[in-house]
Amino acid sequence: MMFLEQVMAILWKDVRSEWRSKQMWTGMGLFAILVLVIFNFAFDLRVDNKAAVAPGALWVAFVFASMLGLGRTIAVEREKGTMDRLLLCPVDRKAVYLAKLLGNMLFIGVVEIVALPIFAVLFDVPLFFGPLLPIVLLGTLGIAAVGTLFAAMAAATRARELLLPILVFPLIVPVVIAAVRATGTLLVPAANEPPWLGLMAAFDVIFLSVSMLTFEYIVDE
Amino acid sequence: MALAKRETRVERRDASAKEGSQAKRLPVISMVLLALTFAGMMISIWMVFIYAPTDAIEGDAQRIFYFHLPSAIIGMLAFAIVAVGGVVYLWKKDERWDWAARAAAEVGAVFLTFALITGSIWGRTTWGTWWTWDARLTTTLILWFIYIGYLMLRSYMGRSEAGARAGAVLAIIGLIDVPIIYESVNWWRTLHPQAVLPIGSSPQLPPEMLLTLLVAFVTFTLLFSLLLMQLYQLEKMQTLAQRLRASVEV
Repeated sequence: MMFLEQVMAILWKDVRSEWRSKQMWTGMGLFAILVLVIFNFAFDLRVDNKAAVAPGALWVAFVFASMLGLGRTIAVEREKGTMDRLLLCPVDRKAVYLAKLLGNMLFIGVVEIVALPIFAVLFDVPLFFGPLLPIVLLGTLGIAAVGTLFAAMAAATRARELLLPILVFPLIVPVVIAAVRATGTLLVPAANEPPWLGLMAAFDVIFLSVSMLTFEYIVDE
Repeated sequence: MALAKRETRVERRDASAKEGSQAKRLPVISMVLLALTFAGMMISIWMVFIYAPTDAIEGDAQRIFYFHLPSAIIGMLAFAIVAVGGVVYLWKKDERWDWAARAAAEVGAVFLTFALITGSIWGRTTWGTWWTWDARLTTTLILWFIYIGYLMLRSYMGRSEAGARAGAVLAIIGLIDVPIIYESVNWWRTLHPQAVLPIGSSPQLPPEMLLTLLVAFVTFTLLFSLLLMQLYQLEKMQTLAQRLRASVEV
């Protein structure tokens, strides 16, 4: 099978199995919305500081929901034992990684699409869906690229839900900074902003490649 | 009636005499390193507290700097050792590189912790604040978290090949990420100009201070090498012991 066909096959399997249960989507979605609600109580949102706090709240909700999702996709594979069977097939490990990555991005993407309008309503900020799209896309790709790799690593331990955020949070700091600042610039346009999208794109390219290359070392026994 | 000992003294003496021909060699390198480190530390302490002149602006508190800077730099360089050890381990599959990487991670984490604490104390005395989110401090803190993540991962995965490979990948990703983190925090800082603190501003150090710094640097490097060596041997012995135990418990 060609590389792309392998990726699509694994991805379609994951999407279909999640579509049947819909457990993760609902769980992640509700979690993201709840985080936004908690932020309302954490920060006293008045008109003047809303623009300062809103992007941060949004991205914290996305990052936390991503952690849940990333951990679960690989954990489910381990529980059902399908990971070993997948590895027995002569499939390129890079294809496995890419499929997992795309699956994770899809799951997190759905959560984000649901959470964004609710975010706009709760925080009373205008929703610039068009310009927001590249930011959300690049940011999610960055978080998922690193997160998919480390989810596979942490899945081998018992404390996998604990270990994944500990490993991933320090590494995605550039993405979080860039995403929050880029979103903030949308709400409050500022001059002389550093090229946040460029930084995110560079981060994504670098860590996508490195993760693809090193995934086989993690997953093969 | 007294029970006879299972092994009489004569037998024990003969057994050790046989081993004696392969007498345990003294760890010469470690002993030399220990002696040098001790001497260096004594000299450093004298130089830092007595020889070096008191800083005109900061006063005696500035002396923390001689301990802080070497341990910070060594703590950061140790991570490079972890990453390089990881890369070579993945490439050559020789577990000795993994032993070295793990040892470097443990010692490096300790040095970095020491650097963060001494830096914080120095900051408190000099600038009046325990912490500030400038690029250097923030990156050091994140590196510390990556260290701890590495140690936790290695600990949770146990002494196995999977653990060694996972650690290697984490170290590689961490090493690539640190410069990106530094730059992104720098960019972020330009937008929030917080208190401009003279961090890293190195005014011309008088020669005595420079010499003290150099001696402290050499001492800390010796200390790092000594600890690295001990931990490497410890890793080696723990791995061998685990294998022995596995072969016995069948």
